[in-house]
Amino acid sequence: MPDKVKISETHPYFLEMTGISKAFDASCVLKDVNFKLSKGEVVALMGENGAGKSTLMKILSGIYSPDEGIISIDSTEQKIREVKDAMTLGIALIHQELNLVDNLDVAGNIFLGQEPLGWLGIVKKKKLYNQAKQILDILGIPIPVNASVAALSIGEQQMIEIAKAVSQNARILIMDEPTSSLTVKETKILFKVIRDLKSKGVAIVYISHRLSEVFEIADRAVVLKDGRNSGELLKEEINHDNILKLMVGRSLAPVIQNKVPGMLQWDFAASDLRTLKYPQKKINFRIARGEIVGIAGLMGSGRTELVNTIFGINPKVGGKTLLKGAEVNIKRPADAIEKGIFLVPEDRRKQGVITEMDVIDNITITNLDAYSILGLIQKKITKRISEKQTQQLNLASVEKNPLVKYLSGGNQQKVAIAKWLALSPHLIIFDEPTRGVDVGAKSEIYNIMRMIANTDSMILIVSSDMEEVMKISDRILVMSDGEITGELLKTAFSEEKIIRLAVAKLETK
Amino acid sequence: MKKELGILVIFICLCFTVAIGNPNFLSFTNLQNVGRLIGIFGIFSIGSGIVIITKGVDLSVGSLFALTGIIISQMLVEYNIFWVWAVLFTILLSTALGFLHGFLITRFKIQPFIITLCGLLFYRGMARYISNDVTLGFGYSKGFETLKFISTGNILGIPAPFILLVLIGGFFWLVLHKSVYGRYLFAVGRNEEASFFSGINTNRIVLSAYVISGFLAGICGILLAFYTNAVAPSAHGNFYELYGIAAAVLGGCSLRGGEGSVIGIIIGAAMLQVIQNLVNLLGIPSSLNFPVMAVVILIGVFADRFFATRKKKQNLQI
Repeated sequence: MPDKVKISETHPYFLEMTGISKAFDASCVLKDVNFKLSKGEVVALMGENGAGKSTLMKILSGIYSPDEGIISIDSTEQKIREVKDAMTLGIALIHQELNLVDNLDVAGNIFLGQEPLGWLGIVKKKKLYNQAKQILDILGIPIPVNASVAALSIGEQQMIEIAKAVSQNARILIMDEPTSSLTVKETKILFKVIRDLKSKGVAIVYISHRLSEVFEIADRAVVLKDGRNSGELLKEEINHDNILKLMVGRSLAPVIQNKVPGMLQWDFAASDLRTLKYPQKKINFRIARGEIVGIAGLMGSGRTELVNTIFGINPKVGGKTLLKGAEVNIKRPADAIEKGIFLVPEDRRKQGVITEMDVIDNITITNLDAYSILGLIQKKITKRISEKQTQQLNLASVEKNPLVKYLSGGNQQKVAIAKWLALSPHLIIFDEPTRGVDVGAKSEIYNIMRMIANTDSMILIVSSDMEEVMKISDRILVMSDGEITGELLKTAFSEEKIIRLAVAKLETK
Repeated sequence: MKKELGILVIFICLCFTVAIGNPNFLSFTNLQNVGRLIGIFGIFSIGSGIVIITKGVDLSVGSLFALTGIIISQMLVEYNIFWVWAVLFTILLSTALGFLHGFLITRFKIQPFIITLCGLLFYRGMARYISNDVTLGFGYSKGFETLKFISTGNILGIPAPFILLVLIGGFFWLVLHKSVYGRYLFAVGRNEEASFFSGINTNRIVLSAYVISGFLAGICGILLAFYTNAVAPSAHGNFYELYGIAAAVLGGCSLRGGEGSVIGIIIGAAMLQVIQNLVNLLGIPSSLNFPVMAVVILIGVFADRFFATRKKKQNLQI
């Protein structure tokens, strides 16, 4: 269907944002930014956290209004004052956090607020379901229209969000980190849907930190840095180095090498460990001193459940955990912490840090008893301890000791790590440590992990980012449906092997 | 102290208004009486506030006053029990009931509103049942004059309950704002899950807040019984739980948890008493007592919101 991608000669761009500036209070978030988009084009919008991507897209979708600049669609200048204006223009934003109503079914969600109404304003159920089915069929989404949204996976929910946007005749679709919680398979389906939409002339803005996805799906990449246009790459120019150069504007920290391994000392072991979610499956593995072990696998394969059980968030159903050969009885996180087993949890903002508290309070909360006299906290000590930690982790701009909610994702993650470093760790578990973290902070976090490992501690890292897990781990365990289906040594790492092991137990079902 | 500044300014304005409207406000007797009430209300409001800081609520306080009032009167007057034992038993009972609330809330994960609402209903009924719905008093307080003095006496002209409030307030100021335990309270109120992931025994912290609330309610139950000198089981302490909550909210506690200060709570409690006093002194019909209070609470909360958003604007994205 080549005619559908046709770009009109006189109006080359469908959307033109020119000279967009936006400041919040005194701080300038966007400065003279230009952004253009053609029909049927997928443009990746990239940049570190805080570069202004989200703000720019929020302006386009009417959540913020720009201080300066012009937005024109189809060569007509448009004033987008509120979300409704954007919707009328066919601009739809799919949020990172999904906005579905749990207790409505799929069709109800797709047509929420625009239900086909009959006499007396009663919803025409039949029409609703038929239309919903039509849309899902067009998009090739195999989900029944009467399914409960609460029962869908996050990936499926994302599809519903897209269907919702399509039902509103979206001509410009903005996706903010759509794959951050999708499995490999779901990502594939999403990409298929994106390609379909593209061929129908929908213009798509794709925000993602994952470079591999950008290579695959984007026709063009626009990179922002510190609220300005940093550069633009055409499809053939999109590659790792070019993007990083534009995003970071500096070379990344060199990767710290691991120490030369001597005799392996198996300091941690899980022996026939069984978790609440998979009480039938026994898990056995061990970690050597100074080693970084990655746990790969699909979402829902029991990885988070496993590490939460080790840390005492959930009780174990059976089996043992051993530290330096001795069994440790962990009933709650406090027990694990006492043994030097720490967890940097999956959901940073809900579990890793207390966003309404400041940096010092967050960093020191894990060891307050040591920083107090007669139960009273000694501010001098807490300040000194957190200063030491923040320096060590290169945690920028904390002299003012702000509330953690004002920090970027990467810096929040550093706080979540720093709170454990003051204690002497034997084993630190990282669950999805770089989700939503920009490239610069990512490599810093990898270096922090290597640094910790080099002090003879053990590191266990759960990650859905295949590239990441292969880059940082010395050894990879792959989980599938609640059990460890394989172990890969550094020399044998490959994406293909990991995927094969990750789906091993799913295929036999 | 910065956070309490807004409410303090309103409080002072309120005092000025009353003093201008009726100079008797500043008379020694009036100040003494208001001070006494501030003492009594301030003490249990600290408990209500601590519970609110953990994102909970304690609705049982008013009914606890009726129950403890009836029990201490019966012990002292009917059974002639030595007052020290009577006081200890009453406070212990009230503390134990607070423990029960906390236990049910944390163990079975039931909403605090429901548990303490049941407490409100249950204790009120028990007070009426035990006393056969008859108003009890303390006669001439023979044998327990000390106890009466703690509630109605003055030391150097200062009402004893006010002094007690200063002592208890000082202690809880240290606990809340300087101690490890206090930091845990705020942490749990702000984000219970992250606190649990940081190794805090969150259940124990939440439970302890209800124990403190029960303990302070026990002390106030005794003070209040002697202050009114008559305990009518169906009316004694009615709505007082709401005074505690109102004082806490006025003083900057957020019902969303993790927010608040002892000084704020005490100023909040003081404000409610001054409003009460204002109604009397300015000749406002006493039926308008609650509406006046409602308006002042609204003003207070809006002022707090105003200061909060201003502060927010000063904090920039980092």
